[in-house]
Amino acid sequence: MSAVILLTAISIAQLLIALAMAIASVRMFRGPRAQDRIIGLDTLYINAMLMLVTFGIGTGSTIYFEAALVIGMLGFVATVALAKFLMRGEVIE
Amino acid sequence: MIQPVSDLPLWAAMVVAAFLIFGSALALIGAIGFLRLPTFYERLHAPTLGTSWGVGGIMLASMVYFSVSSSRPVLHEILIGLFVTVTTPITFMLLARAALHRDRAESNGNVPEKHQHDLEDVEAIQGNAEEN
Repeated sequence: MSAVILLTAISIAQLLIALAMAIASVRMFRGPRAQDRIIGLDTLYINAMLMLVTFGIGTGSTIYFEAALVIGMLGFVATVALAKFLMRGEVIE
Repeated sequence: MIQPVSDLPLWAAMVVAAFLIFGSALALIGAIGFLRLPTFYERLHAPTLGTSWGVGGIMLASMVYFSVSSSRPVLHEILIGLFVTVTTPITFMLLARAALHRDRAESNGNVPEKHQHDLEDVEAIQGNAEEN
């Protein structure tokens, strides 16, 4: 019984997160200006991180946690670098 | 040792399922708002739903699941939650300032101009820096 509940919830959660990723990538490809595309990318990687954690719950292995942590940190650095580029025209002055 | 999914007690399964669906639904609502809101400065607010309680709900689900299935407290998901909570305002404020800078430089949209007293503050700070 608990397995059925868990597997159903994991499937629903993965479906919702995949929809969120699709919507974020729609905004990333369509976005009128560069800042919209950057926020689309930001939303996309946050949702990818959440998807990895749900995979970790589904398989019961902790290796997905480390992948999610790395995605979070790299995504933060990437978004800050892109914002700096929009602001100043170069990343490292 | 991690046990297979079927050995989890019923209450733990229900708690994990509730947190999973709560978090992923918030992430989806944030993404929909991000697609539908009209201007950039409004769109900036929507994805924070996903990065605050979306991340929080799924990390809580993961913490409860691994704590119950390995019968010891597993709290390392707090790391991701804290990290995302701290970094999201930084990135979004940087992006908003970059967008404001671009809109002012191209003078499009009805973006507020820089106030005169802001400029005076900047000059005062620069004057102090030069004196020191």
